[in-house]
Amino acid sequence: MSEPAAPDIRDLDAGQIFDGFRLEAPLNPGGMANLWRVTREGETLPMVMKIPLVHGSPVNIVGFEAEGMILPRLAGPHVPRFIKAGDFSNPYIVMEFITGQSLKARLDETPLRPAEVVEIGVKIALALHDLHRQHVIHLDLKPSNIILRESGEAALIDFGLSRHDQLPDLLAEEIQGPIGTGPYVSPEQVQGNRSDPRSDLFALGVILYFLGTGERPFGEPASAREWRRRLWRDPAPPRAWNADVPPFLQEIILRCLDVDPDQRPATAAELAFALRNPECVLLTERATRTRRDGMMKVATRWLSARQPQPPRARRSVAGQLARAPIIMAAVDLTPGHEALSDAVATTVSRLLATETGARLACVNVMKTSLLAIDPTEDAEGRNIHLQRLVALKHWAHDMPIPPERLTFHVLEAVDAAGALVGFARANRADHIVIGARTSSALRRYLGSVSAQVVAESPCTVTVVRKAANA
Amino acid sequence: MLTAILTDIHGNREALEACLARLEPRNVGRYVFLGDLVGYGADPGFVVDTVKDFVARGAIALIGNHDSAATGNPERMNDDAMLAIEWTRRQLGPEQRAFLENLPLTAEDGDRLYVHASAAEPARWPYVIDERSAAQSLMATDAAVTFCGHVHVPALYHISATGKIAHFDPLADVALPLTQQRRWLAVIGAVGQPRDRNPAACCALYDDVTRELTYVRVPYDVETAARKINAAGLPLFLSARLAWGR
Repeated sequence: MSEPAAPDIRDLDAGQIFDGFRLEAPLNPGGMANLWRVTREGETLPMVMKIPLVHGSPVNIVGFEAEGMILPRLAGPHVPRFIKAGDFSNPYIVMEFITGQSLKARLDETPLRPAEVVEIGVKIALALHDLHRQHVIHLDLKPSNIILRESGEAALIDFGLSRHDQLPDLLAEEIQGPIGTGPYVSPEQVQGNRSDPRSDLFALGVILYFLGTGERPFGEPASAREWRRRLWRDPAPPRAWNADVPPFLQEIILRCLDVDPDQRPATAAELAFALRNPECVLLTERATRTRRDGMMKVATRWLSARQPQPPRARRSVAGQLARAPIIMAAVDLTPGHEALSDAVATTVSRLLATETGARLACVNVMKTSLLAIDPTEDAEGRNIHLQRLVALKHWAHDMPIPPERLTFHVLEAVDAAGALVGFARANRADHIVIGARTSSALRRYLGSVSAQVVAESPCTVTVVRKAANA
Repeated sequence: MLTAILTDIHGNREALEACLARLEPRNVGRYVFLGDLVGYGADPGFVVDTVKDFVARGAIALIGNHDSAATGNPERMNDDAMLAIEWTRRQLGPEQRAFLENLPLTAEDGDRLYVHASAAEPARWPYVIDERSAAQSLMATDAAVTFCGHVHVPALYHISATGKIAHFDPLADVALPLTQQRRWLAVIGAVGQPRDRNPAACCALYDDVTRELTYVRVPYDVETAARKINAAGLPLFLSARLAWGR
């Protein structure tokens, strides 16, 4: 700008132009900053300008600095697009204004129908997974920081408390004691740990609990001292508030809310997967629990919370994600190809031996024809889908993996490769193992399923062949 | 503009050439050499001549404690380093020695300060190895960003407006935004003798528009550099440590 004296950005009024941005209207001030809707010539994207408070708290000031470091490094539909940042004398950040509905606006309607809780939960989990894959833990996930876009995705906003695991953690250095929002902050954050992506899964568990029951699992504790209570006092099971919450959803929510991060889903992708595949969720005592833990258990947790914390192995976000990959085995059950499906099983077993935190999804495709209506029963009146499922479970019965991390899926599709790739994409699979039938003139002419999967998959693909006869 | 920062080359021709080859295609606007061009390695003459050429074309170069010792100043050093300095002295011609002697201790460029060891008493070569020694350097300057070498282990320190100092262990090839809300002290690892258990040569790129600092690691021909050290009759430890990276 060539104006003689730049106005202080904090004294601006609607209609003024600052650094090329026209201030249109103030938005509800956040706790951390002043927000203005802004426009700029030639820019059609709706935008918001965030200006830090003059007399902000240290968390406000350092949080604004941290957000300025992190936001320009993020991309994709689950975060606001970064546009521009001001300099030191006139600090601001301009970013995309996400049009859609804040999840906060839905809180008055709680309890929501379980199907809707699941649908919203999947969207948030996928947004979190995308964020975690970009090395960032949100650490302040709550309904007011989640916008449901008109296009369907959940977008996460406000990275003022976030942590990028490849950049200095300015907040941890500046602030003594826990940082977060009372109802949502995870037990490990209460203890000062800001490096575990599963802290975001705890917060998502709180959100799902709230959406499904209309109650906050830990209330609204005001002081950081009260936050500690969640280290020993477990919440009432969601079904105690709302019997419509299905057992599988209670299982998932209570797992997310576990004090021990190792008991939660390992990744946000795994959480999305569980929400989308209720029949695959292994129900434990959690699913049907009707009351909170007894005093003995609570007292034990209270005592252990008083012990000094053993130093946790430092887990980077990428490290946590890499430890818990989703492996997808594409299993061909066509008679005559048993040797090949055995070879696939051997390869998958070897992978599981090294990937001890992996989850395995066994997938079989039932080819359907494009025009005719396919029978759902065979000549003897038996359910074809069920038969395939049984065969698939038989195929996997020796897999070295605990049942809670093993799932089975029979897809029906005209285009087998397309269905496999679609499944991998939707479930954020990290690795596909697929068999390739032996080469023949006809296959070369028609193209093979495995070749198409290799070409189109979003992730690593291992192609398995059975040993050739010498 | 992109600034390339190289330090502690220590007469290692192979490492220097590998770094320059990596940096060259990046459209670097200015080269800065933070001292210790010589000492330890077998090619002090080549390194001095190369840096001299860069300086003739506008580069900044500073003096380090090994350069000072190689021109005859008494510096405290361990036995292996001292043997290498005595050998190095015999390799340098009068012009090369004069070039080293006349290098400055510090240089400023905009809001940045360059120094070999520390902004606190640069001529006494204190090591920036922890928050305390970093604080002493940060207190001794108003520069928004200080770049130094001397330690051979990359590190990034920062001090907030409230005076809190912290250490960060930088990853290679990640652009680190050096925000204007605080001041920074970047210890650039060594080109010619890395000591962080990664034998790859270390240098850095700083973009003064985006204020992003990127540490760059460059694997190089360690074998040839080590063989030349042995052929020169220098202490075996000086060649062996190149492959260990410590």
